[in-house]
Amino acid sequence: MDDAQITHSVSSELKPLIARHKMFDAWFAVLGLLAMLVALITLTALIVDLAVQGAPRLSWDFFTSFPSRFPDKAGILSAWVGTTVVMLVTAASAVPLGVAAGIYLEEYATKNWITGIIEINITNLAGVPSIVYGLMALGLFVYQFNLGQSVLSAGLTLGLLILPMVIIATREAIRAIPSLIREAAYALGATKWQTVQHHILPYSTGGILTGVIIAMSRAIGESAPVITIGALTFIAFLPTSPIQPEPPYLSFQWLFDPYTVMPIQMFNWTSRPQAAFHLNAAAAGLVLMAMTLLMNGLAIYIRYRFRKRIKW
Amino acid sequence: MIAKNNSLAFNASRHVRERAIEFVLFLAALSSVAVTLGIVGVLFYESLGLFKHVSLWDFLTDTQWTPLFDDAHYGILPLLAGTLVTTLVAVVVAIPLGTVIAIYLSEYAPHRLREVVKPILELLSAVPTVVYGYFALLFVTPLLQQLFPGLPGFNMLSAGLVIGVMIIPYVSSLSEDAIQAVPMQLREGSYAMGATRLRTALSVIFPAAFSGIASAYVLAMSRAIGETMVVAIAAGMQPNLTWNPLEPAATITAYIVQVSLGDLPHGSLGYQTIFAAGLTLMLITLVFNIAGYWLRRRFREVY
Amino acid sequence: MTPDTLSVTNPLKYKSTPVPMPETSPSLQPPSLVSPASESPIKARVSQLNFYYGDYRALKDINLDIREKRVTALIGPSGCGKTTYLRCFNRMHDLYPGNRYEGEIMLYPDEVNIIGPKVDPIEVRMRISMVFQKPNPFPKSIYENVAYGLRVRGVRKRSLLDDKVEEALKGAALWDEVKDRLHDLAFTLSGGQQQRMCIARALATDPEILLFDEPTSALDPIATARIEELIAQLKDRVTIIIVTHNMQQAARVSDYTAFMYLGELVEMGDTPTIFTNPSKKQTEDYITGRYG
Repeated sequence: MDDAQITHSVSSELKPLIARHKMFDAWFAVLGLLAMLVALITLTALIVDLAVQGAPRLSWDFFTSFPSRFPDKAGILSAWVGTTVVMLVTAASAVPLGVAAGIYLEEYATKNWITGIIEINITNLAGVPSIVYGLMALGLFVYQFNLGQSVLSAGLTLGLLILPMVIIATREAIRAIPSLIREAAYALGATKWQTVQHHILPYSTGGILTGVIIAMSRAIGESAPVITIGALTFIAFLPTSPIQPEPPYLSFQWLFDPYTVMPIQMFNWTSRPQAAFHLNAAAAGLVLMAMTLLMNGLAIYIRYRFRKRIKW
Repeated sequence: MIAKNNSLAFNASRHVRERAIEFVLFLAALSSVAVTLGIVGVLFYESLGLFKHVSLWDFLTDTQWTPLFDDAHYGILPLLAGTLVTTLVAVVVAIPLGTVIAIYLSEYAPHRLREVVKPILELLSAVPTVVYGYFALLFVTPLLQQLFPGLPGFNMLSAGLVIGVMIIPYVSSLSEDAIQAVPMQLREGSYAMGATRLRTALSVIFPAAFSGIASAYVLAMSRAIGETMVVAIAAGMQPNLTWNPLEPAATITAYIVQVSLGDLPHGSLGYQTIFAAGLTLMLITLVFNIAGYWLRRRFREVY
Repeated sequence: MTPDTLSVTNPLKYKSTPVPMPETSPSLQPPSLVSPASESPIKARVSQLNFYYGDYRALKDINLDIREKRVTALIGPSGCGKTTYLRCFNRMHDLYPGNRYEGEIMLYPDEVNIIGPKVDPIEVRMRISMVFQKPNPFPKSIYENVAYGLRVRGVRKRSLLDDKVEEALKGAALWDEVKDRLHDLAFTLSGGQQQRMCIARALATDPEILLFDEPTSALDPIATARIEELIAQLKDRVTIIIVTHNMQQAARVSDYTAFMYLGELVEMGDTPTIFTNPSKKQTEDYITGRYG
């Protein structure tokens, strides 16, 4: 009797039914692949379009020129410098605050109503649209605190935007540390802060760093809150250099200078009617994507290196 | 020789130091509450300025939004319509595609395929939104204009489609988590009855994971509602009360951008309108976020 | 095509030293103490069954006959392969990559090797049902749970579904308890009720063999007793293979018992003999609790 033919009486009715079900099953698998293909093709089209339009414009001049009325003379110097200084302020504000908050919530906090409110707030803030942060910063930083349309305002705004992400990343990194390590430290007579300083922080640095870099890669691409606080879109100068030739040799003036950032520059060029500016926009977009990809890659690399060094 | 501290007495100075450090860390944690208060405070404070001149009723029902004209109207409906239509288009794209991808990746795909596809989907959500805006305006719209001749350069369809693709990872990744949380015994129970993968996925797994999947949908929608750059660039900034996605329109977020690009004096009525618009946006996304987290918690209780 | 009733091949040699019979309550004594001569026909014959998880050989050259409309119990210590063996019958291993069957499980009267590569696992599962260790009700109503197998087979007519659901629930001794709330969610049932519902679900499609994978290990003693009674009753309708960790359960409920150890079938015979007079020392050691 051939194995492939079960000729039990019921089976003859079942066979066409099963065949139909398996056909639907196969069709769904095709559907799944097509759906993924849609996402993949869109991403590819985006990158290819940017590359085709923008790559010819990439040159040393492009990186070292200011924006200009003439598309072929325009460059992203003020934009990438602006991004760099703003990111410095962002990191300086988000990282200490976020890591400290994460440490408190994981190591010190007890489950009471205050902690509950704090945690609800963090979850909520993670879902607030970025432009709302811009509005808050406009009312608070730009006008109330009178910081004006400056690097400081932008850095603080973006810092607050990524604060929830840093807190969450810190908490997850700390949670990954087994409680045995903590208990070992306490058993030797260490105080809580000593344990944090000597054990918790060093072991979770990898995870925290990864989270911070990913959060910053988000911040680099954020334009909405920055537009709202009034980043000017045509900046043909750089913020004051922090290193000065005369005493006291160190200047903080750059914090209060006007500025622009990469995504704003791209936005500005995209909004111009002249097609030539669109090429610049594409080139800026390529640089922006490259920055984002680099940072994500860096984060993954750091996570990998730290995982190798620490084995629980 | 190591000095021995033989007394077990309470070391006061160390204690004080520890408490001080704890207090500082506590303040850091409290900063999140401060941010929320800051947001709520600023939005309400500035909006109140507007509502002294405009009644809430007018704000909610007037069909024109022309705050910067001489004959100013302050009805938020056109902006709401713009937000709603683009979000709907985005959701029509993201929910079916995202769900199918989630089911396929958890139930059908071989392990290696999952490892390759997941990072690519993550990449989709890492692209800066201004780049998506560029893509919508300068690639998708011309493409659509070949399908719909006469399609204006700014339109909601293009922006909506691009936002849809952008939020696919939100839908697929969160749904996948929910689907993975369904225990294997349920699947085995279904397969043991002679069901195919498709029937098991649709008839057993999807209902079992439903509140988790619904939470994914709601949170993705919240993201679409709050999206700014794609609509500001590609849908235009003209308030337009219409349900037709082939027309240009302004969303709440695009309006805020438009005003911010201009030069409105601080404290003027026009300036205050962006805060009223922002407050509306904030309240809408708050409702969606709360719904999303409530659904996710309900799901976690079951599994 | 239908094979004749096979004469019994009884390779067991009876040992002379008796082994104390485990304590059982009189009402649950296996009723089918038939003598070897009136054996029922063979429903499934396992020949040289080997199973591999990847490179690991989990089942080694198993040869076993499953008798129709009788209860065959599989006992043995943890990891001996009894669940692996059970799951070969409904091709559950096909769900996971890297598994391999060798040998034959011939299903009668069709004389088909159900683990053959050309046989569709879905069709096998439609004819051989399984009840799992932990009750696994679907997130549906009680009615829809029991009707699931029927719907999979394309049955749509409401009246037919109603009848089969009622019949299955009666067969699982659950009908009276749920007949007024068929459309409540299955989650609202207690653990024991859920397991009986799973049994009803498996019965609704009139399977030829019903597989039980440690069905009472997650239940309290009262629920366990009810299910054991049920199994004794179901025997008249369907061939049953039950894997159990609990030797006393095997002694109470089954007609034939097979003892497995480290992937091999050590001994198989009718239940009273296995428990009073096993022929292999290993079997005797396990039954008297020298290892577990």
